[in-house]
Amino acid sequence: MTVAQLIPVFAAAIGAATPLMLAGLGELVAERTGVLNLGVEGMMLIGAIAGFACAVDSGLGAWAGLGAGAVAGALASLLFAVPALSLAANQPACGLALTIFGVGFSAFVGQGYVSDSLPGMQPWAVPWLSALPGAGPVLFRQAPVVYAALLLFGAVWWVLARTRTGLILRAVGESPESAHAIGYPVLLIRYGAVMFGGAMAGLGGAYLSTVYTPLWAQNMTAGRGWIAIALVVFASWKPGRLLIGAFLFGGVTILQFHAQTLGWTVPVQLLAALPYLATVVVLVVISRDKRLLQLNLPASLGKGFLPD
Amino acid sequence: MHLLEPRPQPSRKMRWLAPVYAIGLTLISGALLFTALHKNPFHALYMFFIQPLTTGYGWSELLVKASPQILIAQGLAVGFRARVYNIGAEGQLIVGAIFGGGVAIMTDGSSAAWILPVMVLAGAIGGALWGALAAWLKTQFNAEETLTTLMLTYIASLLLAWLVNGPWRDPAGQNFPQSIMFGDAASFPVLLAGSRVNASLFITLAVVALFQLLISKSFLAYQIEVAGQAPAAARYAGFSQKKAIWLGLCLSGLTAGLAGVGEVAGPVGQLNLNISPGYGFSAIIVAWLGRLHPLGMVLSGLLMALIYLGGEAAQVSLQLPAAMTGLFQGMLLFFLLAADAFINNRFRRRKPATRFA
Repeated sequence: MTVAQLIPVFAAAIGAATPLMLAGLGELVAERTGVLNLGVEGMMLIGAIAGFACAVDSGLGAWAGLGAGAVAGALASLLFAVPALSLAANQPACGLALTIFGVGFSAFVGQGYVSDSLPGMQPWAVPWLSALPGAGPVLFRQAPVVYAALLLFGAVWWVLARTRTGLILRAVGESPESAHAIGYPVLLIRYGAVMFGGAMAGLGGAYLSTVYTPLWAQNMTAGRGWIAIALVVFASWKPGRLLIGAFLFGGVTILQFHAQTLGWTVPVQLLAALPYLATVVVLVVISRDKRLLQLNLPASLGKGFLPD
Repeated sequence: MHLLEPRPQPSRKMRWLAPVYAIGLTLISGALLFTALHKNPFHALYMFFIQPLTTGYGWSELLVKASPQILIAQGLAVGFRARVYNIGAEGQLIVGAIFGGGVAIMTDGSSAAWILPVMVLAGAIGGALWGALAAWLKTQFNAEETLTTLMLTYIASLLLAWLVNGPWRDPAGQNFPQSIMFGDAASFPVLLAGSRVNASLFITLAVVALFQLLISKSFLAYQIEVAGQAPAAARYAGFSQKKAIWLGLCLSGLTAGLAGVGEVAGPVGQLNLNISPGYGFSAIIVAWLGRLHPLGMVLSGLLMALIYLGGEAAQVSLQLPAAMTGLFQGMLLFFLLAADAFINNRFRRRKPATRFA
């Protein structure tokens, strides 16, 4: 194995990390306000089919698809938000319902799109930087949407950590009662965070169907929504660690496609199981220290709030 | 946006009415959906929910599809009562099918009478082991069972894919990812000639009876429930939450494993990639809709089977994709959860104006 062989592997890992990063960041923001939405997989699938259908039917290409995916994901999240927030129903169950619904809905709509394909998105070599040895071809010859996703990530990170908006979001997650008593509209803020999470999941899904693969297949997200939820735990609800986690998992996800280049002879199905296995391992490592987990966990996570 | 206020006391009536409301709302939404798809809603609902039951074969298929879902839901309900959320019954079903199917493949050619019982036992063990893995991860390392059971489901289905593509692939199967067809000694006998109803139905019935007995007569069921609803009180009373986690996950894994054997030694007849159309997930809805009550889940299991049956019928009679089934399942669960919110709460009433002098 030479360094030259590894460069395409690392470059592909970044492409594979992008949907995890987007969906994970959306879920992180929602969880920071105390809402546990297990519907990420469903929202990603709805975003994937909406994005694909829009890109195919409008002929406007991947960017239009990405926009449609984000809008569809945000709308889908309302299916979760109305029972889980306005009616304070069981959050994990509502999220599961959204995933079951999303799997069915996307398969239903996607029936007519199975044989279509899209051109995808040409990588854009960043002038000068892409010529750097090693890092150049890995980091700076990606599809433009990957750079956009990273910029978006930076922006959300900054808002969450450095602005008043971020402070309010976190306050709602720590103690909705206090936030309500001070006069913040807790439910409205949670609705906003959940819809943001939906938009990001939808964007991640649309990235898969319009840029990464780019085609539509039933259940094409293959558990990435669930891995994104696990990544939020792995990240201890901190965006920086989420970014690292997404790249790690992006790498594990694409190993099966590069096994031959790397000279491995393990059956492809077992290699394909690696990301799920890695998720379990990561959950174990992070969760075993209960006190550390409690320290970072948004205090009201998963608990409904009915203001009086 | 603030729609509800707590009731002074939870409504018992609402607990049993919620599923009725949910079913009603699902049917109304279904009618709207059919209308949007340019189908006559009454005709479409008839074709989906009634026409499949106008033949004897339709009723037999209803039993075939209801049995595994009822069986899995019985086990899931034990966990749900203890607030242990096993959402990976699909994976436990698959591992049960692998264990049971493995016995069938290794004993191929023999007609010994012990083969089927051993398959059932192996399936139960396989499913319970897969559930126990999640219980171990939860009790030992505090890893959330919602995520681990689901990850283990993906791992199980890839394990199955490897087996039927590799070591267990039928050599005469033209490279299709499937095992050999199981012989008579490795299959449940068909009960009604011309149908697919088979003796695995008795396992489901026995398990329903057993769980009914368990919740009505045993102290254990009470302990499990307390452990879920008030962990601190349970600890104080000497009931262990860990025990509830182990029991919840092992029992639900066991019933899912049994269901897996029932499928591969029943209607499917071999190991392949389509041994379950998502029964492990739909059983979650069956459990909640049936109020976690063994007999209630029989009714909700039959309803869920009808939704599967209707989805298949709609493909032929309405030219709609079979994915309709998933849509109806999702809607039903949403409406049920929304209706459940009214057990402990009610719509906000306008408060009388209060004045402080």
